[in-house]
Amino acid sequence: MEFIKNFPFFSIVLCMISATISSVLSGKNAKRLSMFVVSAVGIMSALVLYYVVQTGESFVYLMGHHAAPWGNELRVGVLEGLMAFFFSIIMMLSLLGGMKQIFKDISEKKLNLYFIMIDLLLASLLALIYTNDLFNAYVFIEINTLAACGLIMSKQNGRTLVGTMKYMVMSLVGSGLILFGLSVLYGVTGHLLMPNIKESVLALTASGQYRVPVLMTIAMVTVGLAIKSALYPFHNWLPDTYSYGTPTSSALLSSLVSKSYIFLLIKIVYRVVGFDVIAGSGILNIFFVFGLAGMIMGSVRALAQNDIRKMIAYSSVAQIGYIYMGIGLGTKVGMYAAVFHIMSHAASKALLFISSNGLSLASGNGKEFADLRGAGYRNKLAGFGFMVGSLSMVGIPLFAGFISKLNFALGAFESPAKLMPTLLCLAISTLLNAGYFIRAVIVLYTPVAKAEQPENLYKRDYSFIVSVVCFVILNFVLGMFSGPIMEAIRSGLNMFA
Amino acid sequence: MGTLFTNMEQVVAVILFGIGLCTLLLQKNLIKKIIGFDIMDTAVYLFLTAQGYIDGRKPPIVVDGVQSVEAYINPIPSGLVLTGIVVSVSVSAVMLALTIRLYRKYHTLDLDEIIELSKKEEN
Repeated sequence: MEFIKNFPFFSIVLCMISATISSVLSGKNAKRLSMFVVSAVGIMSALVLYYVVQTGESFVYLMGHHAAPWGNELRVGVLEGLMAFFFSIIMMLSLLGGMKQIFKDISEKKLNLYFIMIDLLLASLLALIYTNDLFNAYVFIEINTLAACGLIMSKQNGRTLVGTMKYMVMSLVGSGLILFGLSVLYGVTGHLLMPNIKESVLALTASGQYRVPVLMTIAMVTVGLAIKSALYPFHNWLPDTYSYGTPTSSALLSSLVSKSYIFLLIKIVYRVVGFDVIAGSGILNIFFVFGLAGMIMGSVRALAQNDIRKMIAYSSVAQIGYIYMGIGLGTKVGMYAAVFHIMSHAASKALLFISSNGLSLASGNGKEFADLRGAGYRNKLAGFGFMVGSLSMVGIPLFAGFISKLNFALGAFESPAKLMPTLLCLAISTLLNAGYFIRAVIVLYTPVAKAEQPENLYKRDYSFIVSVVCFVILNFVLGMFSGPIMEAIRSGLNMFA
Repeated sequence: MGTLFTNMEQVVAVILFGIGLCTLLLQKNLIKKIIGFDIMDTAVYLFLTAQGYIDGRKPPIVVDGVQSVEAYINPIPSGLVLTGIVVSVSVSAVMLALTIRLYRKYHTLDLDEIIELSKKEEN
């Protein structure tokens, strides 16, 4: 059993090694290697999760056997194990669902490069989840950004190149702020490991020294992470990057890449600054306001879209707003809801991207709603998947989205000052969500005369079927059996503190 | 005022960081954006190196046997700077490659123009 403690490290290194090996493999073999790596990481993360739940306490893995203030560490608790396991499931299913499209969109010579990016992305996601060292986190943020850029521009048309450029510029601003914030924090505290920094920060707040620099670093790091995860006013790179890439890339970007930054932010809130210090600093109120703005504005913009994938992309802006709103509530339950929404949004948004690809294939590659009429009859499974994803996003009971909305509302009750705006915005945003998603579903199930039907390019694709079915089940599981998952999130966040 | 002069390196670093950030965000020209990014990152490295420097001590390179701790400056910021340089070099390389692709396709380096042109084409 002790051996399991090595698995977090193994899974990161396995991804990096296979990325290196993939550079000399053919596209097909690189794909096989990637699939193997993602499943191996999934199994290892499941074991890690099992181990941590069994022992009931987190453990620290020393890299290179240097003790605390000097060495580099990985830290594993329930939440880390859960996230790593969940992220690898989402990654596997997104890969399966878009596999045929990947082989169509990318020229054969460059196919292995795509899978290198997948491996690197997984490595950086895992490292961001597990790391206990802030500078290490910065380095993996950059790796994550570069891998995400590779995934976006893999389709190599003008729109994706421009989208990548926009994404690059915004994320460089974000990571520049993060790097500068970390440097100042290192200057003030003299540490890079999270527990040591927290000790110093608590001592500094108690004595009242360096108030402004500490506040400034917190602001810089959090704003940097908010830019990178597309919080509302910084979202303008998002629709372009999500809506023109190959569907797997869009699914991975919206459900994993932006979420990994939010997870790091939650980690910083709890393990670097301390929840009480950050709640006292007023930064959470800023998150709260921008989160609410994102919830409304993202949904309004989504309502105005004519392209199905752009609509899903703008809906992501709204959902990121939900997560920040949950963090901004400044209550324990709000934080649980935010973490749960990371998972439920990942499950439903990836399902939406994958099934919308099946729908547009069934409509002769059309992406506008006018072309998609009746697509739900031409590709029944994709239509069903899209419907499940939509209902979950709207927050219908039985599905994942309902549980997160319920918990957001419960979290708001603990903080009376923020109760009214939260409930009001939740209601408005849910109405808007229902408006555009139900409209999309109605368009999909509008019967069209045989003669007007566009060419159906969809051929039976087993990996697509498996992926959509698994995603639908995942949404149901998150919605119906949320009790144990919420319990795990609760104990994981308690371990953070 | 006095503290500004005693911490001159840090002050310069912050100013440079601001210049770089504005260039990265506000310039339309892609090459200038990349230059802005490099200025921004270099400013952070200046800040870090200045943090680690202790007046009158030697760089932490062991030449003839390890001397006392008092003899060397703090080596960690230097290590961070080295790591950071590797990161920013690779990011600049990716940005430059992307710029070349965009220039070949649209024959301009102006990002606004490129966005306009890309909206016109079919996707």
